[in-house]
Amino acid sequence: MTAIGKIWERFAWEKAVVPLVILVAWEAVSRSGLLPAALLPPPTVVLHAWGDWVFGFDETSQANSGRWFADALSSAMRVAAGYAIAAASGILLGIAIGWWRWVERTVEPTIQMLRPVPPVSWIPVAIIWFGIANKPAIFLVFLGAFFPILMNTIHGVKTADRNLIRAAAMMGATEQQLLRHVVFPAALPSIFAGLRIGIGAAWMLTVTAEMVAVKSGLGYVLWDSYYFLRYDLVLAAMASIGLLGYATDGLIKLLMSVALHWQHGSTLQSREG
Amino acid sequence: MASIELKNITKIFRDAKRKRDLLAIDDVSLSVEPNQFLCLLGSSGCGKSTLLNMIAGFEKPTGGSVTVGGKPVDGPGADRGMVFQQANLMPWLPVWENVAFHLRLKGWRKADRRAAAQEYIDMVGLQGFENHFPAELSGGMSQRVGIARALLLNPQVILMDEPFAALDAQTKMDMQEELVAIWQKQRCTIVFVTHSVDEALVLGTQVAVLTSRPGRVRELIDLDLPRPRDITGQQFNDHKRHILNLIREEGMQQRKEAKPDSMAASRQGAAA
Ligand SMILES: Nc1ncnc2c1ncn2[C@@H]1O[C@H](COP(=O)(O)OP(=O)(O)O)[C@@H](O)[C@H]1O
Ligand SMILES: [Mg+2]
Repeated sequence: MTAIGKIWERFAWEKAVVPLVILVAWEAVSRSGLLPAALLPPPTVVLHAWGDWVFGFDETSQANSGRWFADALSSAMRVAAGYAIAAASGILLGIAIGWWRWVERTVEPTIQMLRPVPPVSWIPVAIIWFGIANKPAIFLVFLGAFFPILMNTIHGVKTADRNLIRAAAMMGATEQQLLRHVVFPAALPSIFAGLRIGIGAAWMLTVTAEMVAVKSGLGYVLWDSYYFLRYDLVLAAMASIGLLGYATDGLIKLLMSVALHWQHGSTLQSREG
Repeated sequence: MASIELKNITKIFRDAKRKRDLLAIDDVSLSVEPNQFLCLLGSSGCGKSTLLNMIAGFEKPTGGSVTVGGKPVDGPGADRGMVFQQANLMPWLPVWENVAFHLRLKGWRKADRRAAAQEYIDMVGLQGFENHFPAELSGGMSQRVGIARALLLNPQVILMDEPFAALDAQTKMDMQEELVAIWQKQRCTIVFVTHSVDEALVLGTQVAVLTSRPGRVRELIDLDLPRPRDITGQQFNDHKRHILNLIREEGMQQRKEAKPDSMAASRQGAAA
């Protein structure tokens, strides 16, 4: 391998290639005058507005100047709250449905009927129930993250190796111990798959809720800037959401590689860097 | 008092799809004295696992009774150790945690579990692999962990369902030798299921030759051959010839009788 190849490996620059190509092409297109500059601001302008939004140096972003951290934090808190509720309830209910037939029979039909209803269509109800504030957003985040986590947990429990359960029963495990020491760890890879799908849905729904039912957060800035034709801020908000979503997914991946370290070397996934 | 007592065991499986009953075990009685090494020998599908699973408590007999140490079996439990054909280790636990799984269930502290596991890890020769995960072990090593895990229960009875069937010939021979050494040291009762005549003759103090469909005890043979068993010796081969003859006769009988199992099953079904 050449020296350049080694540096390439070390810094993992390949991650940056696609974004860079997109940015350069975008800058070129919007400076070429094909579209009015206000409708497709070049990346440099977006970056400028974004910078002011974050650090507040020249009020380019007007009222938003210097308020990025507050906006990001209020979105992140909604994600965290809704997601935590979804994870806890999805995993617990999923284990119950996967393990006890009677729970499956009584609860599952209702769940399967609610599942196809798009979380977004709950917005009117959420506003009536919770008003305009954090609560409807948290509720929507919960709805979006709950079902993928639930479905994957059920799947994980149902595909747990029956022989492991037999082995544990032979060593004197009670039902509660089976659930805790065998079924839960056996379902964990599947649960993490659900958690990763869920975090994407969580960001999607925070932003949606903020556009409609809340007066703060990245989604609110995005929608507000759209009304004022500030497409640079719209794009900056989109990029912010993308980055935060990427970061939270990375956090879950990290958690997953710690919790599932025993898979190391035995699955394709575990070869990921 | 016998360690294990099977009295007139029958087992009928209800085949819901074909609306037919399958008589898997027909009137099996066996009594295993303490410290015996009983091999259940029979071809595949003859009901060996079913019989063993009834001693383990995974299956209930349709008729008859199973007692272990004088107590009727009513479910799986830590008074009996079980070693499966696939080692069935928890893939998320390292070797020592798998061996000490029973102590984890009993709520022992980590340091105590670790210390208790070591004795059994040493016994099966896995020193140096304590912190390996099951995915990093060979088939033979996994089975050793499974055996160590069963031994840690310190059970009176160890049940083994073709534990070496998936191993290569050399590993299998090593494991058989070690198992006999462990059994001689631990003085427990072992019921060992196998379809290999050689394996049964190398290991057992008794061999129960089973017929297939339905499973019955064709003959119970006491082996008083010296150990280590000489697989080329005269006595060994006499026993082997005798057992192979039993199996051959039975095969011929099966072919002569037309559909014996379904007739037997419907007869049994009516009686039950
Ligand atoms: N749970 C079950 N339901 C229906 N039939 C079964 C079940 N378990 C085993 N059998 C049948 O019982 C017979 C004996 O099976 P098994 O004890 O596994 O045989 P072996 O271990 O000797 O190969 C087989 O014909 C098998 O198909
Ligand atoms: Mg079997």
